[in-house]
Formats: sequence, C-alpha cells, structure tokens
Amino acid sequence: MSTKPIIQTNHLSKIYKTDLLETVALSDITFEINRGEFVAIMGPSGSGKSTLMHILGALDQPTNGEYVLDGEKVEKLTDDELADIRNRKIGFIFQAYNLLPRTTAIRNVILPMIYAGIPKEEREDKAKKYLAMVGLENRNEYTSNQLSGGQQQRVAIARALVMNPSILLADEPTGNIASVQAEEIMTIFQNLNDEGHTIVMITHEPDIARHSTRIIKIKDGKIHEDYINHKQRRIKFKT
Amino acid sequence: MEFSEIFLEGLGTLTLNKTRTGLAILGIVIGIGSVIALVSLGQATQQTVQNQIQALGSNLLTISPGAINQGGVRGAAGGRTNLTLDDADAISSSPEITTIKNISPELSRRTQVITGGSNTNTQVVGAVPAYAEVHKVSIASGNFISQKDMDAVTKNAVVGPQVVSDLFGDGANPLGQSIRINKQTFTIVGVTTSKGGTGFLNQDDIIFVPLSTAQKQLFGANYLSSIALEAKSSDIMTDAQNEVGYFLLSRHKLSDPSEADFSIVSQQDIINTASATTGTFTSLLAGIAAISLLVGGIGIMNIMLITVTERTREIGLRKALGAKKKIITTQFLTESVILTFTGGIIGALFGIITSYIISRITGFPFVISGSSILLAFAVSGGIGILFGWYPAHKAANLEPIEALRYE
Repeated sequence: MSTKPIIQTNHLSKIYKTDLLETVALSDITFEINRGEFVAIMGPSGSGKSTLMHILGALDQPTNGEYVLDGEKVEKLTDDELADIRNRKIGFIFQAYNLLPRTTAIRNVILPMIYAGIPKEEREDKAKKYLAMVGLENRNEYTSNQLSGGQQQRVAIARALVMNPSILLADEPTGNIASVQAEEIMTIFQNLNDEGHTIVMITHEPDIARHSTRIIKIKDGKIHEDYINHKQRRIKFKT
Repeated sequence: MEFSEIFLEGLGTLTLNKTRTGLAILGIVIGIGSVIALVSLGQATQQTVQNQIQALGSNLLTISPGAINQGGVRGAAGGRTNLTLDDADAISSSPEITTIKNISPELSRRTQVITGGSNTNTQVVGAVPAYAEVHKVSIASGNFISQKDMDAVTKNAVVGPQVVSDLFGDGANPLGQSIRINKQTFTIVGVTTSKGGTGFLNQDDIIFVPLSTAQKQLFGANYLSSIALEAKSSDIMTDAQNEVGYFLLSRHKLSDPSEADFSIVSQQDIINTASATTGTFTSLLAGIAAISLLVGGIGIMNIMLITVTERTREIGLRKALGAKKKIITTQFLTESVILTFTGGIIGALFGIITSYIISRITGFPFVISGSSILLAFAVSGGIGILFGWYPAHKAANLEPIEALRYE
C-alpha cells in the first residue's frame, strides 16, 4: 500500500459566474486525506460542502486549483473521462439512495460493473457477494419499493463498493433514514473503515459526524476546522 | 456495455408504462400500415390496368392511319383512309417481314344494334379469323369468324358477353338469333368469353363481323381503321416496329419517317404509359401515407422527450456511476427504435390485412411487394433514430449534478 494521500487538493476554488455577479462557492481549499481515513465533512447549508463533494466526486471540476485522486489528476477532463474516473475510483452513496426504480437490488449493484465492462458471470457473483456483505443476501430479487429506507441505502452501499473504489463518497447517507437504521449504516461504515476503506462523508448532523475518525468543517467556502476525532463513537453490535 | 443488455433494459423500461408505449407505437402503426396498404392499393390498380391491356393480346403492335393534315390544320389521328387491306396482305406475304407471326386487319365503328325490343350502341369490328389469335379472343359457344365467312361475305356475327346481356338479358343463349346492324340483319354464330376490362378497355362490349362484309356491305369503305400485328416474341417488339414501319413507308412511297401517314404503337408503349400514370397515383397515395408516418414520428419524439425529463434523476445517477455519453445516447435511441420498429412490424401486419380486405372487396389482385415491407421496416427504424436522436442527445448531455439534484 502506498503512503501517498488518496485525496490531495491544492488551493481549490469554485466560482459560479452569471452576467451580474460572481459567487464564490469554494476558495483556497487545501487538504489531504490518507488511505484508511473516515472523514466527515461538515457545514451548514450554503457553506460549499456540496460543491466540494461534487468536485471530490468528479461530478464537477474546480475553477482553479488542483485535485489529485489516487494518483490521477482530476482536471481539464472530458465528460467521458470524468465518467470513467467516477466508475473506477469513487463509490457514491446518496441521501436519496438513488436506486434505479422498479429494478431489483442485484441489478442495481450490477449496474456500475456493466459500465466498467466486467464480464457477465463475474458480475452476478460479485453483486451477490457485496449484497451479502451488507446483510441483504435474501433480498437480491427485491425491487427498491419493496425495501425499507435502510435496506435501500445498504443496496446503495453494496453498489458503491462493488467496483472496489479508492474512496466511498457519502452525501448525507442517513438524511432520509430513521435513527435506528442510521446506526446500522454507521456500523457498516465503521466496519468498512476497519477493513481499510477510505470514506468521505458529507453531513450536517454532529450525531452522525462523531462516528468518523476526522472532521473537516467548512464555512463560507473555506476550511474552518480540520481535526482528528479522538472521541469517535464506536458502535459495538454487528449487522 | 453490450448492446443486448441495453436492448433488454430498454425493453424492460418500455413495458413498465404499457399504455403510453402503446399509444406511442400507435402513431407508427397507423403510419406504416397506411403506407403499406395504400402502396398495395396503388400497385393492385397498376396490375389490374396492365392485365387489362395484356388481355388485348400479347406482343401486339397496332398500325393506325395518320391524321389528315390540310393547310397546316392537323386533324385527328386515324382520320385518314390510306390504310388498306392491300397493305395488310403485303405485310403478311412479303419475305422482308420476318418478325411478325399474325396479322389482323380491322375496320371498326360504333354503331347502333337492334334486336326485337332492345337496342344498344356498341363497337362493331370487321375482323378476319386471325383476329382471335392476335387479340386472344376465345369463344364461349359457337364459332369465331371463319375464312368461309370472309370469302362468302356472310352476314354472320360473333358477339361479346356484354352485348348478349344488353340485348337478350343475362344468361340467354343468342346463337342463331338475328340482330340488326345498320339496317342489315346478321345471324349470331358465336359468343366470346368474358375478358373483363372497363371503359375503352372493355373487350366484352363488342360485335365481330367478317371484314369483307364490314367493308363491302356494312360501312361501304375499302380502307381499314387499324392493322393489329402479333410479333414473334416480346424481345423483338422494337425490331418489328421498325421493320413494319419502313416497309409501309416504302409502300406508301415516303422516304422520311416524319412524313409517315400512319403510326405504329406497341402494346408495351401503352402499358408504359398506363404504368406511369398509375405509378404517379401510387406515389401520391404513398406521399399522403408518409405524412401520417411523420406525425407518428413526432409522437415518438414527444414521448421520448417526456421520458428524458421524467428520468432526469436516473440519467444523473447512471452518469455518476460511470455511464459515458455514448451509453446514454444508445440507451435512449434503442428505446425509441424499439418503439418505432415494433410499430413498424404491427403496422406492416395491419397494412397487409387492410390491403387483403380491400382486395377482397374490390376484386383487385392482392399485391404486397417485399420491397414495400422492407422499406417500411427501414423507414420505421430510421424514424426511431431520427426522432429519438434529439431526446437521446439531450439526455446524454445532462450535467450529472443538475440531473441528480432534479426533483
């Protein structure tokens, strides 16, 4: 395992221009995230944390500055090149789960592998393995509307993991879920983190953020605080 | 991503909203169906007309006298009286003429025909025995004009089935009955079989008398109204036309074909002209049907645009998970092509059934050309691509962030 940081940003800024005004969403963001960290990025709405998450997720590109993800520079890339980076290096977990409607759990988990061109036989096996990992081995053929919010989010986690990405990028992963199920999700995150997965989680809830190992607080488009969470809340039970 | 998977996924998506899919397809079904049905109708008409012309005889050339031109005033074609039986005999006996199998000199006029209480106005043709061979006339009962009739200038007549039903009523046996043509009494010795045809092509509303009788007694004319020739084969029609043309020119002591006092029309010329006319008619029908196809295509585009808007979040998600533009474009294009192609198949069936029903009702032949079905498939697929392109392109170019945010 290399000791190089998995995420490196160098004076990132993002400026939205309209005819009349310039809005600075992010300015001078410089930080590094090392392999195996579980980072919570916090901030009130409008702080720029979503913009940061879009850039980290290669969904958007910065106006200025440098972003290196697992040794690859993510800048001045075409849409298709960005798609490729998202496919191979990033596992997305969204607040609204974003599973394909009316599609089975296993088909949802298979989807990123289809885009990666992984052979058919391999896809099924892998999808089943990852669904079992999040405790849904008996739900392979359930469609999203037959699953609870927590279960849907677990399908989304399986989908995020299946390409073995460099980072898991979670945007308010528990925002739509009841608190008991939120705990379950956090347990899965901590277990994954223990296995060596790097997790970057955007949240505005301190209750959720305290499960991480490091907290970065964003305010007005700048890094406000960045500290190791020595009081990490460990959840004992396993799913 | 393999195409088969995109295809199956598209199929799955389309079956989710069956009503909408069905309605979108309906436009194409009607479009393709009407193209096939109307083209088939046009082709059936074309074939009917061709069959009727063909029924006049095969490898047929017709020599007609030219127009009477006096002092620069051009008269009606056929007005001249310079085509004679001698011309016909010369053609049939000349060793120079090698392309002609049968020759039928004719003199025909429309005349009032009377019997007992009824009368009719019909075509009376002075004919020789060869007429039957040249014009493919066959006899239902009795005999056709014979050489004996010619030689003896008999007052025997052979009538068409239309004349029989006009004068004697349907199903009557007219053999041996008398009819009066131009105040002269003729005896019916034969009835021809029905050939069908309508208007100027009606071969059933006709009376044949010996040519000698027609010339000497009935019309008092020593000329012919036409000479029909049967060429030896359909390949040598042009040669036959030229051979007979130059032969007649020299017989009439003319050197330049532009001065010809007769004209020779081959049956093929008539068929070509009729085909061109009915072809135009077919194109017109196809053009009208194509408009409904266009409207159907716009319907597909409309549905696909709605689909793209509805599935904005899904598109954003797919892009976030690594779908490239090409995959999104292919996905939506595949869906629209599945729609139009399915519509094309159903429409083709619908069109075939419709034209079958039309053919049963009208009695036209049932003509479905493979090319029109192939074309329908190609066009329906093409419409899917054409009208699916814009929605697919729109989907592929959605920004993933915007798409994910979309509520």
